[in-house]
Amino acid sequence: MTEYNDMELMISVAARELEDGATVGVGTGAPCAAAMLAQKTNSPNLVILFEAGGLKPELPEMPISVGDSRTFYRAAMAGSMCDAMEACSKGFVDYTFLGGAQIDMYGNLNSTVIGDQNKPKVRFPGSGGANDFGSLCWRMMVLTPQNSHRFVEKLDFLTTPGWLEGGDSREKSGLPLGAGPYKIITNMAVMDFEPESKRMRVISTHPGFSFAAAQENCGFELLQLPKMADTQPPTNEELRVLREEVDPYRYVIGR
Amino acid sequence: MEILDQGQGALFSNPDPDEARAYFRKKNRKMVNKVTTLKKAIKKYVQDGDYLGSGGFGANRTPIAACHEIVRQHKKHLAFAGHTATHDMQILSAGEVYDRLDAAYVVGLEARGLSSCSRRYLESGKVKVTEWTNYALALRMKAAAMAVPYMPVRIMMGTDTFKYSGAIVTECPFTGKKTVLLPALYIDVGIIHVHEADVYGNCRFKGISVADLDLAGASKKLIITTERIVDHDVIRNDPSSTRIPYYMVDAVCEVPFGGFPGTMPYEYFSDEDHLKEWLVADKDPKVFAEFIQRNIYDCEDHFDYINRNGGLKRLQELRSKELLLPEEG
Repeated sequence: MTEYNDMELMISVAARELEDGATVGVGTGAPCAAAMLAQKTNSPNLVILFEAGGLKPELPEMPISVGDSRTFYRAAMAGSMCDAMEACSKGFVDYTFLGGAQIDMYGNLNSTVIGDQNKPKVRFPGSGGANDFGSLCWRMMVLTPQNSHRFVEKLDFLTTPGWLEGGDSREKSGLPLGAGPYKIITNMAVMDFEPESKRMRVISTHPGFSFAAAQENCGFELLQLPKMADTQPPTNEELRVLREEVDPYRYVIGR
Repeated sequence: MEILDQGQGALFSNPDPDEARAYFRKKNRKMVNKVTTLKKAIKKYVQDGDYLGSGGFGANRTPIAACHEIVRQHKKHLAFAGHTATHDMQILSAGEVYDRLDAAYVVGLEARGLSSCSRRYLESGKVKVTEWTNYALALRMKAAAMAVPYMPVRIMMGTDTFKYSGAIVTECPFTGKKTVLLPALYIDVGIIHVHEADVYGNCRFKGISVADLDLAGASKKLIITTERIVDHDVIRNDPSSTRIPYYMVDAVCEVPFGGFPGTMPYEYFSDEDHLKEWLVADKDPKVFAEFIQRNIYDCEDHFDYINRNGGLKRLQELRSKELLLPEEG
């Protein structure tokens, strides 16, 4: 079998989640690579949408910015931010990929600050479109390497809603019904959320990693499926497409 | 209407539609020649203390030349709409020209990394920051463009983004569902970079519009920088291509390559090497002070800046890159 790195594994696993004909709101980097890989393998009719207004482009290469010319290259439409977000608000958008400096057991994300909001220790970009996507897209996924600094018991700042405080708290908050975090794909495992408590739960571990390793690199208690699966490593075809067609300059997979 | 929850963030602009209508009532509707230099336009229309909004997305069709000029003229105490603000914010932070910020996307330059200078400025505590989201700021400007006091949405609930915003949660009088109300955001002075404008300010641009039509509608004063001034007949012969109508516009400045080092769709791609220089220089305040001196304060205008950073040759390379032209066969 061909050798692969963590990023190539995470992107391949993420791409398989995007079924043919689905819609996905993405940013730059790994999520965009996953969407492009899906389009070139299992999901030729995947609709990619960028928050800046690029709707269903034929991406000629990895975009640098969510609003650069590549994001609307031969697109169905070069629209506006409201066009993109209205589609999410109406329930047209199935998936989104988000990230952050911190994530908690309910899939809530922090991309705003460490420390005090008005005089922060570290200032990050803030919500951008993340809170919008996370509020409005049906299924939110996160692609991230895991460690106990990132997977924390308590966020410094809750930028983007996951399942909020678990249980039915998201439903009660007034956010659109039925939408929320779906899968978390790390360098060690794939997690979903236990349906009642909405707590993060390991459903498969990657080759070379055990549940114990995933738990050790997580700042809160992880649940596990009674019968956890083994993550299927990237196929030779996935690796070929990813390396030759999606990211030939290794902007993302070289990280 | 009962307020169920309220963000604690400050509002930096009055959402009152009648105050706005009174202003717009007095705005000149005559189709007159509005061509001026960028220097004069910034001097006249950007006043200390104004609320500023800049168009585009990140470093794409962003009025970079205008941001440089604002810093060069040492404007002070502005409020700024941090809507997908990346390199524009880096420039404005370098000059410390704003001290109130509506933050949706700030500090970062997307996949390129974070601006240390923007970070230092926000981490200094000198800036008052209210949190929003990109969609929220776009809709706040849309509410202003419509002259309605607020816009109802279903985002931000249950988060600290809401808690540190200036939004309200209420119960929808029609459906009983919890709804977030976003206050209208009037912009004292908006600046938008376009491909073509006539001398009266009728504007055309290509590619995504981001939130620029909302920004134009929300702006009390609107400065247009344009790659080219075109004949009025170009507009009259194809009115369906007009994106911003003349009556919203106060000044038209012809600034070719005014989005450099960002991308201008179908014209030139972003200069990633030069943006990297910014990101490297701004890590060290002393190095950055010299960098800003050389690239902003010592520059006569945007041509001067471009000439110091590769000039026409570099622009030609960026044009090839934007158009995906093949290299030597």
